[in-house]
Amino acid sequence: MALHLRGSEGITLKETQAAEIRDHLESISKEIRWDVVRMIGLARSGHPGGSLSCIESLVCLYFYKMNHNPKAPDWPLRDRFVLSKGHAAPTLYAVLAKCGYFERDELWRLRQLGGMLQGHPDSRTPGIEVSTGSLGQGLSVATGIAAGLRMEKSNCKVYALIGDGESQEGGIWEGAMLAAHQCLSNLVVIMDNNGMQIDGNCCDIVNLGDLAAKWRAFDWDVREVDGHDVLAICSALDESGSSMRPSIIIARTVKGKGVSFMENNVDFHGKAPTPEEMERALKEIEHS
Amino acid sequence: MIADKGTKNTRDGYGDALVELGEKDERIVVLDADLAKSTQTERFKLRWPDRFIDCGVAEQNLMAVAAGIAATDKIVFASTFAMFATARAYDQVRNTIGYSNLNVKICATHGGITVGEDGSSHQALEDIALMRVIPRMKVVVPADYFEAREAVKALAYLDGPAYIRLGRPKVPIVFDDDYRFEFAKARIMRPGQDLTILACGFMLHPALEAAELLATEGIEAEVINLHTIKPLDKEGILASAAKTGRVITCEEHGVFGGVGGAVAELLGEEMPLPMRMIGIRDSFGTSGTVEELVEHFGLDARHIAQTARSLCR
Repeated sequence: MALHLRGSEGITLKETQAAEIRDHLESISKEIRWDVVRMIGLARSGHPGGSLSCIESLVCLYFYKMNHNPKAPDWPLRDRFVLSKGHAAPTLYAVLAKCGYFERDELWRLRQLGGMLQGHPDSRTPGIEVSTGSLGQGLSVATGIAAGLRMEKSNCKVYALIGDGESQEGGIWEGAMLAAHQCLSNLVVIMDNNGMQIDGNCCDIVNLGDLAAKWRAFDWDVREVDGHDVLAICSALDESGSSMRPSIIIARTVKGKGVSFMENNVDFHGKAPTPEEMERALKEIEHS
Repeated sequence: MIADKGTKNTRDGYGDALVELGEKDERIVVLDADLAKSTQTERFKLRWPDRFIDCGVAEQNLMAVAAGIAATDKIVFASTFAMFATARAYDQVRNTIGYSNLNVKICATHGGITVGEDGSSHQALEDIALMRVIPRMKVVVPADYFEAREAVKALAYLDGPAYIRLGRPKVPIVFDDDYRFEFAKARIMRPGQDLTILACGFMLHPALEAAELLATEGIEAEVINLHTIKPLDKEGILASAAKTGRVITCEEHGVFGGVGGAVAELLGEEMPLPMRMIGIRDSFGTSGTVEELVEHFGLDARHIAQTARSLCR
């Protein structure tokens, strides 16, 4: 197995070290998956499908790649993250809680009046840079953050997670053009390419076609990985950002990943599991 | 008589303010969407190219990128025509700039019917209405070059998002070089006791002319420069209304949801009294010269005076 993990020290890691990292990230991903199902189940609304598909991407960012400080969310030298597909908020919340941005107990009050965790990301939540949720804007926001950081000669990176269905929004491509024109090499985007949207398969609704070719045509540095293979994601993250262009990692994922009856089931795009389904799903995750 | 101080564009005041701001504050960043020559952001661009981004013909991107830059602790000015800054990019302005409470100052030029010959597609007659219903958004409509210059400088340092509406044509200069802009403070331009005329932007001068006409007939109109539409200076407006008992609003914008709407909301709740709204009524614009359009839509001094007479009768 070819490994290009450089780790935080910029050193190529040995296979044993890589295996440790893999086990660590997979174990966190499993915890996050459990939390996400329970959060949405208890909230009785939310978007399990696209939250479950992007777990490994967010775990690799927050527990492997990004420089950040949960005790000082506004630390000026932090790398930034923008969740452009804001409906995957449960995953981001679970990851932020696991990092220590806020108490894990907050997770169980998701979407409740008076609770901190809104249905879609709100910038008042510690660790969240900007509010998102209306699709097709987060990439442009991340482009702006990357441009703003470059103006102050910062070495910080900006990461954004976008969806494939979301890429039917024209705004994604407006942002893509500008980021490439501005040579924003400090911008790294992950696309959660789960192939589905609320109304069905993306290819049946409005076919996105050859996404890698499209991004290459927009002059981005493109990588494609298995979006549930943590080492592949980490490796792609390590390789990204070295060219003079913005980078995108197209992560091929499974909608509803990790819960058998949610996997590739479009019904669970925006529907919470019933209490019984939630218990089944949690058991499945525990035994995985 | 109203002193003749010549004419000048409000957008020139914006361009000059940006250069002043840029000289003393590195946090100032300016964005445009392929209209830098029209909006007058070009002077900033030439001085500080590293702090200027032209987003091209992509106004939705302009606003979301502005939000991102503001999130890195900059003071961002985002400019394009009023139509595209508000209607085209509404979701970005509402959800990304407004909801995140970011320091983006949307300085839109070519607001209102006075866009003239370009016609309805470019005449924003609902931008004030669209912006003022966004929570946290401040809305300012400067009346002349000096007020535009000073309002831009003041709003740069008022935290959070703001919308500043500027015009296309040259407008009469009303103020002086030492003008001090007081945010959210309705300014009495001419005292009177028979009726209150609240006007903003381009409409301030015709309102003052109308007051001159009315004075020759023994009607003393109190003319107020309502440069800040949001937050409204409730105290100032109510004090004048309590004194005169009659109110007219003037705007080169749709009256529904605009300045007329904002004042009517206030008076309706606090002090119901006879009121008239001068502006465009549920209609798209049309091509024509500024002079022709002003007359066509009843925005001239003669029509304001006529409305005042009928209200005072």
